[in-house]
Amino acid sequence: MSTTVMLAQLLKGMVVTAEIFFLTLIFSLPLGLFISFGRMSKNSIVKGISKIYISIMRGTPLMLQLIVVYFAPFYVFGLKISNYRFPAIIIAFALNYAAYFAEIYRAGIESIPVGQYEAARVLGYNKVQTFCRIILPQVIKRILPPVTNETITLVKDTSLAFVLAHAEMFTMAKQIAAKETSIVPLMVAGVFYYLFNLIVAWGMERLEKAMNYYR
Amino acid sequence: MAQNSKVLLQINHMRKCFDDVEVIKDISLSVREGEVVSVIGPSGSGKSTLLRCATMLETMDAGELIYLDENAAWEENGKCVYASKAKLREIHKNFGLVFQNFNLFPHYSVMKNIIDAPVIVEGISKKEAKERAEKLLAQLGLSDKADAYPYQLSGGQQQRVSIARALALQPKILFFDEPTSALDPELTGEVLKVIRELAKEHMTMIIVTHEMQFARELSDRIIFMEQGVIQAEGTPDEIFSSSNQRVREFIGKFQS
Ligand SMILES: Nc1ncnc2c1ncn2[C@@H]1O[C@H](COP(=O)(O)OP(=O)(O)OP(=O)(O)O)[C@@H](O)[C@H]1O
Ligand SMILES: [Mg+2]
Repeated sequence: MSTTVMLAQLLKGMVVTAEIFFLTLIFSLPLGLFISFGRMSKNSIVKGISKIYISIMRGTPLMLQLIVVYFAPFYVFGLKISNYRFPAIIIAFALNYAAYFAEIYRAGIESIPVGQYEAARVLGYNKVQTFCRIILPQVIKRILPPVTNETITLVKDTSLAFVLAHAEMFTMAKQIAAKETSIVPLMVAGVFYYLFNLIVAWGMERLEKAMNYYR
Repeated sequence: MAQNSKVLLQINHMRKCFDDVEVIKDISLSVREGEVVSVIGPSGSGKSTLLRCATMLETMDAGELIYLDENAAWEENGKCVYASKAKLREIHKNFGLVFQNFNLFPHYSVMKNIIDAPVIVEGISKKEAKERAEKLLAQLGLSDKADAYPYQLSGGQQQRVSIARALALQPKILFFDEPTSALDPELTGEVLKVIRELAKEHMTMIIVTHEMQFARELSDRIIFMEQGVIQAEGTPDEIFSSSNQRVREFIGKFQS
């Protein structure tokens, strides 16, 4: 196989990797917020369920979760869903990352001084206005560093999708490496992951800088 | 003064407990339009709690809270009940509160801190809110700080912004909880000056303070609180020449 063909195939895998990455963020970032609300709920049942959810998602391997999400519909419910492989990957990643994001949000929300809520309340803001206008913007600034960490981990974690033999970059690299009995494809994949993360880190840094207009 | 003006705030038999400890014990108080009332008393006597109950940051356990003849809270079958959310939202518009540690919104510029609530809560146009804010900033000597962020301001400036923020909603009553306690002595004066000017304009104010001299010269009435009750109440002259042992001891501490 020529180098160009190999690169082309890896790049195709890279596109899938990027898809998993962005879709996971799109779903898990808001979902994590809802789970963090549950985690902070005054209702002890809601709070309990959220706690157990977070604990399981963070306490079991993501690879296992991928397998469970993919096979559960058939083995547990007898359902056959066509073209389920890619959705299963996104669902598993989103559910897993939402748990991590939930804890990050919670720490961020709880770090906002109660005086901010009280000031907003006396000024007549309702709860939604208080959260959206006063609390959330400050939370976002505070949680950017841990979110950056998670995001960088996610770039690397996308490679776990290989357990479902989906054609993302790592799966491709492994296949080509086996076929060609060469380690080069894997190393090239490593370089691609690294470049991807450089871009992610650069983007997050810009975001952090943009938030630095206040302290 | 103000003997015949209307009553803006009426508190009847207010009680408040924190875990079985009664922090406010049967306090009644009425404040008339244009009055400046100072609340003094030792630490832990319940001054902040009184203010927080009056501004509904805390719910009281018993008693009545009435703003301009509108009941915010009253008793029913021995329980304290509050008015509907919609009603309370209306009642909220009557008062503002200035905090000890300002509680400005750090992600908003000074201007945005001041105009956000009028635009969002009151629903006036941004242009109108800005005009209002500019007037207030000029009045409080902060015209050049409109675009600054709170972290760029001194404590005294921050407190003046927080006063402007409260005034922007045009409240009828302004509460202050130790507005200068978080400030260095040299910054205290600029905030007190602003409050003095508001008094001259007959703003109705209820001020918890440890600044005895300030309370004496400014107040129409001083309330001395101790252990959750109003121990003494009267004009500054009455309080400062009180025969009440507790009052004398407390004031004596500040006059050395
Ligand atoms: N949220 C709370 N939970 C439990 N106890 C509280 C709470 N807030 C106040 N207290 C208690 O109520 C009492 C009165 O407190 P408060 O803050 O009203 O006093 P204060 O007169 O404002 O004192 P200071 O001059 O120190 O500000 C104190 O004993 C305090 O410990
Ligand atoms: Mg206090």
